[in-house]
This record gives sequence, C-alpha cells and structure tokens, in this order.
Amino acid sequence: MTTVWSGGALAEAIEAFAPGSVESSAGSDVWLKPESISTVCEGLKIRSEFKFDLLSSLTAVDYIDHFEVVYHLTSLPMNASAVLKSRVGHGRTEASIASVVPIWRGADYQEREVWDLMGIRFDGHPNHKRIMLWEGYPGHPLRKDYVTYDQSIASTAPGAADSLKGAE
Amino acid sequence: MTGPKLIDPYGTPAGADPRGALQSITLDLDRTEGESVNKMKSTHLEPFPDPVLEVPDDLKRSVIVSSVDYLLNWARKSSVFPLQSGLACCSFEMISAAMARFDLARFGMEAMRASPRQADLLIVAGTLTWKMAVPLRRLYDQMAEPRWVISMGVCATSGGPYYQSYSVVPGVNHIMPVDVYVPGCPPRPDALLYGIMQLHDKIRRYSLNGQAAGRE
Ligand code: SF4
Repeated sequence: MTTVWSGGALAEAIEAFAPGSVESSAGSDVWLKPESISTVCEGLKIRSEFKFDLLSSLTAVDYIDHFEVVYHLTSLPMNASAVLKSRVGHGRTEASIASVVPIWRGADYQEREVWDLMGIRFDGHPNHKRIMLWEGYPGHPLRKDYVTYDQSIASTAPGAADSLKGAE
Repeated sequence: MTGPKLIDPYGTPAGADPRGALQSITLDLDRTEGESVNKMKSTHLEPFPDPVLEVPDDLKRSVIVSSVDYLLNWARKSSVFPLQSGLACCSFEMISAAMARFDLARFGMEAMRASPRQADLLIVAGTLTWKMAVPLRRLYDQMAEPRWVISMGVCATSGGPYYQSYSVVPGVNHIMPVDVYVPGCPPRPDALLYGIMQLHDKIRRYSLNGQAAGRE
C-alpha cells in the first residue's frame, strides 16, 4: 500500500530542512510559500527520507481572489505520495511561481498547460510558451473571469453574423 | 542544501537566452502559425452558402440528363475516394464504416487516400478547432476538382457539444462549402453510409452544360 503523507507530518519534515517555508497544513495537504517552492521540491526529491522522484501531476485552481498551484508527488523507492499546494496571484494581476522543470522534467508540458489555460507564469521554465492554443490567442480561457464566447463568429446559419451585429 | 546539484535537463549553457534554448528555436514558427490562425478566425466570420444543385423544373423528375452526363456521373459516383482524415471521436465511426461489417467498398470507395491530390471526398469526421482549421483548409485546397465535402457529426456541423467554446469552429461550413451534413454524436456507420448515398444521388444529377460539379 502506498503511504500517504499527512499534511501535519509533511509540514514538520519540510520545516526541519527548510525552515520558514510552510504556510499551513490540513488533511493531506501542505501549503507552501511560493518563494520557497524550488528549495522544498529539490529537498523532497534528493533527501533520503523522501525520495520523491516522480511528479505525477501539476495543476492549478482558480479561487477568484487568488490561484492555487497543486503538485502531486510520488516516491517510487519509498512507495509514498504527498500533495503540495501554493497560493499565488493574490489580487489576480500577475501570477507567477518558480518552475520545477529543473527538478522534475515531467513538469515541462504541465506547466505550459497551466500557463496556457490559467495564465500562471513559471519563472525559469526552459520553453515558456503556450502548448495547446496558438500564439497570439487573447487571454487564458480557464480563468473564471474569461468571457467565453467569441461574439465575432456567427453560428452556422447564413446571415447570423448580421443579427449579432445588430444586437451590440 | 544537501545532495548533488541538480542538472538543467535541457543542458542550457550558462548565459544563454533566458527564455530557454528551445524557445529561441521554435518561437518564430509558433508566431507564424498563430498569425495564420488569427487571420483565419478574423476572416471566416460567415458560413459559406451550401452548394445546392439547381435542377431545371423540366428535368426534376429525370435523373439522366444526357448519355455523356450519365456515363461521366456514373464513373464519378462509383469511385469517390475519401481522404483519410479524422479529427476526433467521429473518425472511429468512419473507420468502422470502412471495415468489413459495413464495408465502404460496396460503393467503390474502399481506397482511403493518404494524399489530398488523389482524393475526391473530404469527410470532416470530428471536432474542428481553429488551430486545425488552417491545415484542413489547406488539405481542401490541395484536392483536385471536382471535390466534395461531408460534415460528419454535430461537432463538424455546428460545434455541437462545444458550441460557443473558445477553441472550436462553429461549423465546418465557415472553412469550406459542405455538400452533405450527417447528424449524430457520433453518427452510426449506417448514417454515414446514408449520407454517402445522398452524395451519390447529388453527383448523378450534375450536367456538363449546367452547374460545375464539386466547386466552391
Ligand atoms: S459529434 Fe460527438 S462523436 Fe463526433 S466528434 Fe463531436 S463529440 Fe465526438
């Protein structure tokens, strides 16, 4: 059975090698300060008591007044898993956090996806650009304040574009 | 910090382009691609009118216009080679329509061509995104006339479940004129076969001194 690190125990273990980096913990989650994410992740990967050698997923959540970046870690040698979170972009202007690609290469595409759809910048990413939408796309569509429908495109009925223009 | 120093996975030399080695190679290509997508999105605002075949009243009931037309149309309708292209889930129904159980070969179209130069029919099977619209239009432009287009499934017809989505074209008729629409999500292979038979019916009605067949 995979051991799941509890938030409290993991927070304590992290504080032991990187003091002052934990914001809070609850359940099985640990909230880290965004500026300490590189140090903590590097420690979690290298140190013999964790050996988190696999980043199983990296994603982000929009909480309207801020974003949360979520890291799911797996340790194959220790058969353990853990969840890290970090709150960024308070006030939703520019959200950014350090990239973990130098630590886990698998973060490459996932960070690009988060940038593409959520608009969170990953500093130090070796290939920081959109992954699914095209260059020049306006905005980041999975943000909750994104206006969904592009009103300039008509529906399939010919003449529908004119009726939209009239409605403006 | 304990343990060995981690290495940059991409081997970026110190003092290199801060955006990263990969990005400096590929970003120009991405910009060009993005420009072409944005251009297509801003110019294809209205759907193309459906290429409806106008048959004069006195000929409505008869299918054979002249014996030359009959021969030509029979030859065309019996060898409509589809382009091998699938965009999403619908393409699996198209693939199974080509397999032994439904057997597209009965209609003289068993040869799915891998090149648009050898194809007569483009079956748009699946969700068309704006990013894919540019290559699809290029495939259509590369096909020799006369050429026909079947829009398969609600995604291709109107955007379907992704209607009003940020990335999906609201109907492939914004990109190219469509001859036959096949509804369904996904349409069963039988529905696609029925659509193909409707197209055959349409091809049989063209005349050499009438409307040109399969043109934009
Ligand atoms: S119409 Fe349905 S089955 Fe076909 S591509 Fe769209 S979602 Fe998939």
